[in-house]
Amino acid sequence: MSRRAALLAAIRRSDTNGYIFVLPYVIFFLAFVAYPLVFSFVLMFHRWNLVSPMEWVGSKNFIRLVQDPLFFKSLFNTLTFLAIHIPLQIFAALGFALLLNTRIRGRGFFRGIYFLPVVVSGVAVTILWQQLFSFDYGVLNSLLRLAGLGRVPWLIDANIAMPSIAVMATWKNVGIYIVLFLAGLQGIPRELYEAARIDGASPLRQFLYITFPMLNPTIIIIVVLSTIGGFSLFIEPYVLTGGGPMQSTLSGMLYIYNQAFYFGHMGYAATLGFVYAAVIFLVVTVQRRVIERDIAT
Amino acid sequence: MKSVVKYILLTGGALVFVYPFLWMFTSSLKPEAEIGDLGLWSTAFSFINYEKVLVKIPILRALLNSLIVSASCTTTVVILGSMVGYALSRLRFAGKRGLYMLILFTMMIPFQIVLIPQYILMVKLGWTDTYLALIAPTMISAFGIVLFRQFFLSIPQALIDAARIDGCNEVTILFRIIYPLSRPVIITVALLTFMTNWNEVLWPMMVVRERSLMTMPQIVALFSTGGEAESQLGYLLAAATLLALPVVIAYAFFQRYFIESMASTGLKG
Repeated sequence: MSRRAALLAAIRRSDTNGYIFVLPYVIFFLAFVAYPLVFSFVLMFHRWNLVSPMEWVGSKNFIRLVQDPLFFKSLFNTLTFLAIHIPLQIFAALGFALLLNTRIRGRGFFRGIYFLPVVVSGVAVTILWQQLFSFDYGVLNSLLRLAGLGRVPWLIDANIAMPSIAVMATWKNVGIYIVLFLAGLQGIPRELYEAARIDGASPLRQFLYITFPMLNPTIIIIVVLSTIGGFSLFIEPYVLTGGGPMQSTLSGMLYIYNQAFYFGHMGYAATLGFVYAAVIFLVVTVQRRVIERDIAT
Repeated sequence: MKSVVKYILLTGGALVFVYPFLWMFTSSLKPEAEIGDLGLWSTAFSFINYEKVLVKIPILRALLNSLIVSASCTTTVVILGSMVGYALSRLRFAGKRGLYMLILFTMMIPFQIVLIPQYILMVKLGWTDTYLALIAPTMISAFGIVLFRQFFLSIPQALIDAARIDGCNEVTILFRIIYPLSRPVIITVALLTFMTNWNEVLWPMMVVRERSLMTMPQIVALFSTGGEAESQLGYLLAAATLLALPVVIAYAFFQRYFIESMASTGLKG
């Protein structure tokens, strides 16, 4: 029997209900995933502002991209964000998770409190932090003054603004990673620690040689999710700084948005979106490899 | 570690997460001149900032819009997603494996690549400034399908066979037999979808310009960046508090479900 005939026979044996049940997804996929994907490849080679007809420009969008200082700036800003956000996030989440994983009262209460910023809208959190970060009357600078220290130009200084946003994002998201670390910690078999204690391993060595390696899957998830989150950063710089000062908080997503909606460069915005997606894919793949290898050795 | 030290650290952490919210709420009740204060008390508390916000932006209408959009997406994501999940786990048809692979593949596509083309699709369909643009692209969730499939695989086949022998059709089996057993996964998918849509702000900012159709986070974001707030911190904090309030209230009652559903996103990595 040929492959074609085998396929036909398989289809004839199939449950029609199956096709009916998956039909909505197939339509959804064609309209909102497949079509946009194909169309993004068309757009990348055109100049278009949605009003006048599309104009074929060949590879001009790509040539423009590799010469666009703002694209590299936004990439650099995102990497700055991640370089601060990811270590801070892991350090804070693991610290709280280790505390919560000991014998204490009120674990659920504390976990619930730490999780609160996760559920609140990013817009509300950003408006709140805009006041906390305010140079003259902000809560953070008031606290620093109480401690006898100088004020920090949180959002005004081009070198500090992106790190400030990274701190805010950590505050907002750390709750979810505390929960993930807690789940990871509870999955480590107790026998490992018992065996280590019998062998005379110190608590520090137990942490380095048992806890940390066993949390590897959780760490990978956190690094990957934070990276994707970092590349999706939009509303925080939009509300806080508008991308400034001196483009220092211009994120990739904000740049795509500006190109599409302020300048009407749909083709170039689609090109940026494609290149950003490729970068995310690459970075996440490399991260997985590196983390898996580092812990294995 | 001494347990006193542990509790001090834990409580300190709790303050770091809660105090800013308390400060936001109480400051929104204070007169403008007192907002720079660290404390939570004022002798001049009033709701004047809230009254101003309600007059300046149609925030209640935005609340209604957010509810309509989030509730619609949640309903379709659960119903359609569970149908696909059921077919993928319990029905036999050619192409099933391929379809499942496709769904997993779509979850790996960074959204940046389809964002602009999706927007253009909305423009071409004439859906901008309608609820359709806000609802249609998130009507089905690949992640929801995967969660449903996973859960349904754990339901004993004997139960489904028995129902089939009794003459139930697949629709009845899914909604009458499987659904009552699937409360945990339905709650997880529903809550996750609702929250994601409720907090979404980038997509509404792309497809909605008409104020009467804006969602709540969108209108508050534009209020804070536009000129309407007249640089009055009190107005901004009142608007942010109104935006945070519905979720905080829901969270107070259903905390466990929130944490479980939102943590489940971490398990797909």
